[in-house]
Amino acid sequence: MYVALLLLLVAIGSVLFHLWSPWWWTPIATNWRYIDDTINITFWITGFVFVAVIAFMAYCVFRFHHKEGRRAAYNPENKRLEWWLSVGTGIGVAAMLAPGLVVWHQFVTVPPDATEVEVMGQQWQWSFRLPGKDGRLGTTDVRNISSDNPMGLNRDDPHGQDDVVIDNGDLHLQVGKPVKVLLRSVDVLHDFYVPEFRAKMDMVPGMVTYFWIKPIRTGTFDVLCAELCGAAHFQMRARVIVDEESEYHAWLEQQKTFAELSGRSAVTRATYKSGGE
Amino acid sequence: MVDIPYDAIAGVPPAEVPDVELYHPRSWWTRYVFSQDAKVIAVQYALTASAIGLVALVLSWMMRLQLGFPGTFSFIDPNQYLQFITMHGMIMVIYLLTALFLGGFGNYLIPLMVGARDMVFPYVNMLSYWVYLLAVLVLASTFFVPGGPTGAGWTLYPPQAILSGTPGQDWGIILMMASLILFIIGFTMGGLNYVVTTLQARARGMTLMRLPLTVWGIFTATVMALLAFPALFVASVMMLFDRALGTSFFMPSLVEMGTLSKYGGGSPLLFQHLFWFFGHPEVYIVALPAFGIVSDLISTHARKNIFGYRMMVWAIVAIGALSFVVWAHHMYVSGMYPYFGFFFATTTLIIAIPTAIKVYNWVLTLWRGDIHLTVPMLFALAFIITFVNGGLTGLFLGNVVVDVPLSDTMFVVAHFHMVMGVAPILVVLGAIYHWYPKVTGRMLNDPLGKFHFWVTFLGAYMIFFPMHYLGLLGVPRRYYELGEAAFIPPSAHSLNAFISVVALTVGFAQMVFLFNLAWSLFKGKLAGGNPWRATTLEWQTPETPPGHGNWGKDLPVVYRWAYDYSVPGAKEDFIPQNQPPATPSARGALP
Ligand code: HEM
Ligand SMILES: [Cu+2]
Ligand SMILES: [Cu+2]
Repeated sequence: MYVALLLLLVAIGSVLFHLWSPWWWTPIATNWRYIDDTINITFWITGFVFVAVIAFMAYCVFRFHHKEGRRAAYNPENKRLEWWLSVGTGIGVAAMLAPGLVVWHQFVTVPPDATEVEVMGQQWQWSFRLPGKDGRLGTTDVRNISSDNPMGLNRDDPHGQDDVVIDNGDLHLQVGKPVKVLLRSVDVLHDFYVPEFRAKMDMVPGMVTYFWIKPIRTGTFDVLCAELCGAAHFQMRARVIVDEESEYHAWLEQQKTFAELSGRSAVTRATYKSGGE
Repeated sequence: MVDIPYDAIAGVPPAEVPDVELYHPRSWWTRYVFSQDAKVIAVQYALTASAIGLVALVLSWMMRLQLGFPGTFSFIDPNQYLQFITMHGMIMVIYLLTALFLGGFGNYLIPLMVGARDMVFPYVNMLSYWVYLLAVLVLASTFFVPGGPTGAGWTLYPPQAILSGTPGQDWGIILMMASLILFIIGFTMGGLNYVVTTLQARARGMTLMRLPLTVWGIFTATVMALLAFPALFVASVMMLFDRALGTSFFMPSLVEMGTLSKYGGGSPLLFQHLFWFFGHPEVYIVALPAFGIVSDLISTHARKNIFGYRMMVWAIVAIGALSFVVWAHHMYVSGMYPYFGFFFATTTLIIAIPTAIKVYNWVLTLWRGDIHLTVPMLFALAFIITFVNGGLTGLFLGNVVVDVPLSDTMFVVAHFHMVMGVAPILVVLGAIYHWYPKVTGRMLNDPLGKFHFWVTFLGAYMIFFPMHYLGLLGVPRRYYELGEAAFIPPSAHSLNAFISVVALTVGFAQMVFLFNLAWSLFKGKLAGGNPWRATTLEWQTPETPPGHGNWGKDLPVVYRWAYDYSVPGAKEDFIPQNQPPATPSARGALP
């Protein structure tokens, strides 16, 4: 029976594709291995159900397809069977949900020793900000945004003066140190997405959102925008570089604080730029 | 099973129904154009929905050309790409599937299946179609206005939907909202009809628990739509105000292209909550009619009663109710209060249980059946595969923490195409093969149908199954092109090209189907009244195609449930619902 065979082939083909295709998640670079584990549990359970249902269906088609003289059985319902199937399904669902919720609890619980970094999105670029020596980020307001204050820091907030402002550069993080990534947008929705980190979160104008990660390996990773933000959404890129402690500090030394940056006026900046040409 | 004993019905004298004014058509215009006959309105809905659906199909080819062969087709620029996905998504979900299932199948099947002469408010029913047509025309007009249609994505999230960084910001978005508002007005007129007709106009003996599952599915979906669409309605009106009058419902203070905008104080998340309060039930508004129809297709073509009818009804109702408390699973990474995740993940995964019961009961219906592998049956089997596949990947996305890496990637695109794109479309196609003989009196061509089936099913599966793995890899959705990224291997581009080639093939296979529809209208084999030997009332009409008023002089009386197939002791392998029991033994021992 070619129909039964083809149906079965769809199931088998899907499983083989899953096992042998070269497309799989990118090697992880943060502590969120648990998320990958939960996905794996889900693959096992759902994969089993998928194959079981289709195999059963294909068998029925093979065994009970119309032949001269065949007559179907008449069995309206079977309470016991229906209950058992419901209970079994409930167990399978619980086996996926329970680990999922445990990991979600970790995901939303930021460890107390996490340091903060801020990522700001705007059409269509990324800016980053690190707290200075005082360990605190200064307050911001979109109304402060100007060419020499691209992130809109409040000039009279003392905590903001030593903040490291990286406008149009790469973000560096230190391996092994948990960070709470604060996310903010000044125009439309964006989403700070680094596939290797597994974590992502939308950036919403008027709000500060967050997630936390602990980088577990060094390397350079692409930042993509994962929430549609207009015409150049697909080109909104940056890089995150995870460093060893010494390299990280060497990089940090070279960055400018808000006070240093806003000391220069827009005019000197402009002449500096044209002088370079 | 709720059952009205034969004698109870026999004892009741036939109801004295005065000859009602049925607004019989008096001219060509009132027969075919401004018709108040639900069957004509159904065909009008179906043709309009299919026409605009073809536009969405062509848009999907454009998108696939771009994704498969980036840089090759210079006539597609990034702005257009966004406009294409937006119009494609919106048309497919609302103007095609919702309109086709409720306006098309609902209008045709509800009155016939419950044994009514027509919808209870025929005039309002006619208006419903004309307002829908207007909504479609307004939507289509956005292709021709300055700036073109909106490119905000079918979710229309503010602030970007109404700011200048998004294509279609001037007229496209305004007309999109106007069109949605019109659609909802039109739908409400039709929807009230479907609900009231199902509740009030059933034939004698047609208890609720004797309704075919098709009616249960469409009825429940309509009730849900009547409750869900208002959320979209207010969201559209509020955003229209934000755009046109300068209010700030959804707009915080923000910078627009480098300058501070006039907005301030609103909440973008509020829109998302309103949108998904509509948007999630919408998934089931499309799915429940498909569930119902596919149950009847399987039962009829396997010559066997649907297994666990009562469970099936309760599962439909439970899914309908639960789907109003899961909407924020679309917002796990939206920045909403993170602890909501616990609640919405739990409710979402609970829905899996009634949904799984439905799947089990479909396949258990096949067990020890007499399976006729007709074209409608093939589509029903394919529906089960794609629906199970898409439903299972829903368990990934519903489980909040698993959604974090997968959201906004091609995994999501693959998932929702499988579960609410391919699966319902397969049911639509199967249903057309099934009911076309009733609508036209002729059968569709079988070899062409089988060809159409295999190309569509296997093709659609090959498009969307591998796509999950692109998402797993991390490829984001709504990307004009991927560009360079270290985590994307070159093989991913080959996969994209493969998907595009298959998508074009599947698209062209639909032309075979269109040809079949047109050709069979004149040359198809004559069908007779009940070619599938089915039990439900629509196959028992005195004329085929049924005339205005459906039943000739006397309304049918219903003596049994919709699934008396292969009843032991009965001569035929089906007993129509309106056939009185000859002897108590052949009474289709109702459960
Ligand atoms: C063979 C048929 C189809 C093909 C090849 C196709 C292809 C596509 C593609 C390429 C995208 C854009 C992906 C991206 O860049 O994010 C898309 C988006 C979408 N499609 Fe389809 N599609 C098909 C049928 C359908 C059907 C039947 C539905 C009905 C539910 C549907 C609903 C959507 C929706 C809602 C979106 C999202 C639009 C957005 O991101 O705003 N599609 N489709
Ligand atoms: Cu973006
Ligand atoms: Cu949903």
